Amino acid sequence: MIKGNFIDNLPKVYGIYTGGFLAFIIIMSIAEQMGMTAKTIGICFVAFTVAIYAIIGYLSRTAQADAYYVAGRQVPTVFNGMATAADWMSGASFVAMAGGIYFKGYGYMALLVGWTGGYVLVASLLAPYLRKFGCYTVPDFIGTRYGGNLSRFMAVVVLTVASFTYVTAQINATGTIASVALDIPFQYAVYVGLISILLCSMLGGMRGVTWTQVAQYIVLIIAYLLPVFWISNKMGAGFFPHFMLADEVSRIAELEAQFGFVKNSAENLKEVPKGLAGITKAHSAVNATPWAFISLALAMMMGTASLPHVMMRYFTTPSVKAARKSVGWSLFFIFLLYSSAPMLATLSKLSLIDPSLPTGIIGKSIAEVQSIDWYQNWNQANLMFVSDFNGNGTLELNEFFMGGKAVVLATPEIAGLPYVISGLVAAGGMAAAMSTADGLILAIANAISHDVYYKIIDPKAETAKRLVVARVLLVVIGFAGATIAALEIQGILGSVIWAFDFAMSGLFFPLVLGVWWKRANKEGAIAGMFLGLVSGAAYLIWVRTGGSGFLGITQLTFGIFGSAVSLVAMVVVSLMTQAPNAATQKMVDEVRVPAGKSILGKQH
Amino acid sequence: MSKQEQHWEKSKGLLMMTLAIWFVFSIGIFLFGAEMNEVTGPFGYPLTYWFTCQGSLGIFVLLIFWFANRQEKIDEEFGFSERGDD
Repeated sequence: MIKGNFIDNLPKVYGIYTGGFLAFIIIMSIAEQMGMTAKTIGICFVAFTVAIYAIIGYLSRTAQADAYYVAGRQVPTVFNGMATAADWMSGASFVAMAGGIYFKGYGYMALLVGWTGGYVLVASLLAPYLRKFGCYTVPDFIGTRYGGNLSRFMAVVVLTVASFTYVTAQINATGTIASVALDIPFQYAVYVGLISILLCSMLGGMRGVTWTQVAQYIVLIIAYLLPVFWISNKMGAGFFPHFMLADEVSRIAELEAQFGFVKNSAENLKEVPKGLAGITKAHSAVNATPWAFISLALAMMMGTASLPHVMMRYFTTPSVKAARKSVGWSLFFIFLLYSSAPMLATLSKLSLIDPSLPTGIIGKSIAEVQSIDWYQNWNQANLMFVSDFNGNGTLELNEFFMGGKAVVLATPEIAGLPYVISGLVAAGGMAAAMSTADGLILAIANAISHDVYYKIIDPKAETAKRLVVARVLLVVIGFAGATIAALEIQGILGSVIWAFDFAMSGLFFPLVLGVWWKRANKEGAIAGMFLGLVSGAAYLIWVRTGGSGFLGITQLTFGIFGSAVSLVAMVVVSLMTQAPNAATQKMVDEVRVPAGKSILGKQH
Repeated sequence: MSKQEQHWEKSKGLLMMTLAIWFVFSIGIFLFGAEMNEVTGPFGYPLTYWFTCQGSLGIFVLLIFWFANRQEKIDEEFGFSERGDD
């Protein structure tokens, strides 16, 4: 199936796969009608999809370096777009984003703009040039463009810090979903999640990850869009929610004005379980200062253009031209989900707070709400909570609390959709978290195996040995990530945002100037990476330990400070030291032209 | 000016234009978020809200495809496009 003219057959193969998945959903809904329990449906969904990914991972096994590192550079634009979208959209995008919009409104939507706008920078500043370069990893570019082992090593350090911060959150998310769907304790579920992740990547490297990510994208986009459309139709909000929710949005604003945002006392809030929040911000009004919005969007955009697990997806296209187009397709596939998240948040919020809807709970008596089935389920799962603070017996807006995940996970049930949809959503969340974790673990393991082991420690190593090292590292890094994830130190979304800030602090300017400024040299790049990462991290620690910060830069946007330091250090040090030699200048000239051979050979 | 320099000059021009459009829809309009939100935008949503949900995101998708096509034209004009197809 994967051999021969597999590439030519891709539309057919994935067409059959999509049809098979839809048939599976239908079979499950029939089984539900015939009395299959909710728990069994959940297990079936997660187990079936993970088994498929494992089979794809096995079929993609390879013993060749260019297949392992860059999928043989033959992934067509549209499919690479899907794979990148799955790589990109993590458990946080899938499970937490609609919740963030639900609670924080406009201020949070800076992330939507940031996580899409960054792709314009990827397409115009970096991806096609790095593809022309012909590197296997991002540090491969830094090491060859600037020369010297130290610059290569610094790039590996930045990559590892950023990607590792990110990956623990993803393994955490797979663990959470596996523990709910399979009903096992979280400490074990984390390792179940990890083994599923490794099954996709270990045998086939980038090739295995590419074809599983395409499969995962198909599952996650169906799992996200189907409930949104279904709920919208069921509520009578419109058959195509994206274009038809204006009335609902203005109705929410009307209700907000009617209820008002009553501030709860600190004493009352102590009762509320940790992690749950109430609606305290307007839904569609501008509730953040321009700088708060713009700085967060800017940090996410520059972070997008510096994250190695995204960049390396564009090393797999057949040509420079294809790399450019592929960025457009990636963003299109991401857009399908991101533009639906605010719609889901709107539908979810209105169905809960509008007293004129049968599902609305605000204005009902507390006892009545507490007797609703779905309320009891989600209260038990620690994702919903009501309390009669003012003692009037009725539920007010400020007396209802919910976890961010509940918007995606609970809304189908609240709207009265069959349980099969909840099973589908669990499979989608698992696909989103797994695909991102795979990309990240592979980015770290490849950088260490290719750049540290092969390029620095043992340049004479044979391909077979290199690939063994790469696979051992994959497992080691995976287990390290899972062990830290099992400790449950940090929230999912917070650490994802930090990863962007770390990446932009250390890598944004060394990458961009490597292509766009010929005068940039080794000393400058090393200074830029080192001082950028260190100053960014120092700023984060300072703010976390009670520092006041400056210029409105918070712990979520510390990369703006880090990358500014990186830029200044890189320019100043480059100009103070010798210009790059003629060979390097010529290399930059060649990178700027799509035609001709890549800088690094097919096998290197 | 050599062919390669001309090609790079044109590529830089395209980059500047792309980044200018990018800047307007990712940063520029949000300087006036509060004022713009008073206006009713496409499909009846408040304008700033619409940009954050759909508008800016969709414009970025179109912008990348537009950029890719223009850059391809520039490469072809100077004979720098790749041989073979994808």
